[in-house]
Amino acid sequence: MSAALDREWTRFTPAERMARFAVYLACVVAIVWSIRTIEIIPEFLYDAPEQMADLLTRMWPPDVEYYPTDIHSALVETLHIATLGTILTLVAAVPLGVLAARNIVPWWPVNSAAQLLLVASRSVNSLVWALLFVAVFGPGALAGTMAIAARSIGFVGKLLAEALEETHNGPIEALRAAGAPWGAILLKGYWPQVQPAFWGIALFRWDINVRESAILGLVGAGGIGVALDDAINYFYWDRVAMVLVTVFAVVVIAEILVTQIRKRII
Amino acid sequence: MTEATNAATPDRTLAVRGLVKEYVRGKPVLRGIDIAFAPRGMTAIIGPSGTGKSTLIRCINGLVRPTSGEIHFMGLDLAKLRGRDLRLARRRVGMVFQEYNLVERLTVMENALSGRLGYVPVWRAFLRKYPAEDVARAFELLDAVGLGDFAHRRADALSGGQRQRVGIARALMQNPDLLLADEPTSSLDPKTSVEIMELMDGLAAKAGIPVVVNIHNVELAKRFAVRVIGMTGGRVVFDGKPDALEPKHLSEIYGGESWLT
Amino acid sequence: MAFAGLAVYALYAASTLDITWARLLVGLDEGSKFLGRMVPPNFQRWELLVEGMVESIQIAVLASAVGLVLSLPVGLLAARNLMPAWVSGPARLFVALCRSLHPVIVAILFVKAIGFGAMAGVMALVVASVGFVSKLFAEAIEEISLKQVEAVRATGAPFFSVLFYGVLPQVLSRFVGFAVYQLDSNLRNSTMVGIVGAGGIGGTLFAAFKRFDYDFVAAILIAIVALIFVSELISGRVRKAFQ
Repeated sequence: MSAALDREWTRFTPAERMARFAVYLACVVAIVWSIRTIEIIPEFLYDAPEQMADLLTRMWPPDVEYYPTDIHSALVETLHIATLGTILTLVAAVPLGVLAARNIVPWWPVNSAAQLLLVASRSVNSLVWALLFVAVFGPGALAGTMAIAARSIGFVGKLLAEALEETHNGPIEALRAAGAPWGAILLKGYWPQVQPAFWGIALFRWDINVRESAILGLVGAGGIGVALDDAINYFYWDRVAMVLVTVFAVVVIAEILVTQIRKRII
Repeated sequence: MTEATNAATPDRTLAVRGLVKEYVRGKPVLRGIDIAFAPRGMTAIIGPSGTGKSTLIRCINGLVRPTSGEIHFMGLDLAKLRGRDLRLARRRVGMVFQEYNLVERLTVMENALSGRLGYVPVWRAFLRKYPAEDVARAFELLDAVGLGDFAHRRADALSGGQRQRVGIARALMQNPDLLLADEPTSSLDPKTSVEIMELMDGLAAKAGIPVVVNIHNVELAKRFAVRVIGMTGGRVVFDGKPDALEPKHLSEIYGGESWLT
Repeated sequence: MAFAGLAVYALYAASTLDITWARLLVGLDEGSKFLGRMVPPNFQRWELLVEGMVESIQIAVLASAVGLVLSLPVGLLAARNLMPAWVSGPARLFVALCRSLHPVIVAILFVKAIGFGAMAGVMALVVASVGFVSKLFAEAIEEISLKQVEAVRATGAPFFSVLFYGVLPQVLSRFVGFAVYQLDSNLRNSTMVGIVGAGGIGGTLFAAFKRFDYDFVAAILIAIVALIFVSELISGRVRKAFQ
């Protein structure tokens, strides 16, 4: 008993405690620094619930009339932008993903260059991409499609490269031993192994793109965002509500669709 | 050990009366159990799988709510308790599980100390600031189960036998008035099983508390228990000393005879 | 087969969206001019750039902190194995609502409600964080071993002690993973909410765009890519360390 009393127990060693303390301290410092420098206008904050309530009452009831006249065609355009953008992405992401996979192209300058392109693609938000493409192609769905594609390439390419790097080497070596050309190795060795992952990634990105394409219209890149922007600019809050309801419904349907297709094919 | 030396030893008689449990209405798992347990020593409950042994044990510490019946212990009817009262009563009942049920990602010491969770305030538990006597007692118990040097190991780094030892230490950390064990040896090899039974029997005897254990292994039951209860189909069909347990009883409990020869 | 179908659809969609070779060629021409005006990037107004970047980082930090703190209880309430249906149902609906609207749309609504500035951006990203982290956290909780929870419950532990000992240790490392991921994701989004007036570098970018200061736009884009690249590196390290 007395021997037991002498032993102390602490959850962490002193070094561990120091490390944890450092992490906590870093978090707290970051938060305090942010709060102190960010402009918080208390009057606005006190006002916020009231303003929110006001906004919501103006939104109710949603303007159903607005759907057939403006929303429907914009919605169809949005879906086309998302889908076409995803297809373009696949076309561009496959070569980049292959170049980025270290087991396929065993030459690091190429890997790094491909990685850099992929990182640049996904670092820039789709809304920013849309801005750029509106400047290039002018307002409209073309800019939106390009923006969706540009943003998604990095995402799909990265995941595809990771899938390629996880493939088994056995079939590849067998093909190589048989003297197959590199095109055949890619098509017969790697493709069958990554095919399920590839379609899974494509579906996943399409789902995200449906959401993203709904906002591109805010900077003039076509789709349902244009209808939203118009309604907001003219303060037709009941129309805004109708657009939001539509977007919500489409997003939910897209998600259900994707999960169902996933179950079927994977 | 500090237990059982109180001036007035409390009455640790556990009495189960007319206990019925239906998970699905009209399909009782326990069909009226009446048992009065002795205030000390090990009682083994044997019987085929799915016969309600686990349910009986879980009814006693309120992990399962009985449909009807009474469970008297330490002057309380455990079957009637709810909420905070049930929680406070649970502290007095230690439990050892078949699959050890340690919190895998916590250390051995944290698992042992978790036996005190019913006693220490939440903030102390959260910050791992347990009273010194709790920590001392945990070391004492870990020594007793032979794991004194393992306090800082994570539970998922232990073998099955070692985990069950921690499970026993955790249950005894509660300073319970009753120790329950639900198939404590089913996941262990024969040698470890004997060691675990010895530990439970020895430590409980030292603390002066009764043990109720569900067990598949009839040999172990006969070796360690002072009393054997045979259950089948949600009813008690045998109740007596281990010596009195004969093949005809076993065939009544488990059904069939060919496995006995 | 699948590829042929996609190709046919692509042609059809391109025609309905009025995407033609001619436009693409014009666009390429425009694009080269555009790129020409972006090079070389102009870092002369670096103070403005740094100010915007710092504000974006602050938005991301605050939104992550508040969002994660809120996600813990919301995720717990939404876990179907620990909560009765009348609690988890509404909680799941709430999470789905938070997740369904794009952060930019939420940012617009907050800008209308509380005015231009970083606060609106923070609020919008808090909503997004709660939507994403709570969902994953609830799913993680639904996968825990209930045996460990039962054992802690059997000691007579009060509700919160059961949470801290039976539930949290099983999901904490995954929560850290989600948290780091969300910080990363908030950082990306905080560079964009400025476009709708919710603070951060996005506002600077949008302003530069409208003034056709494309060389400054290029500078801002390079800064954003660098920031995201660094944050991705760090978050990758942290997640590995916690696995």
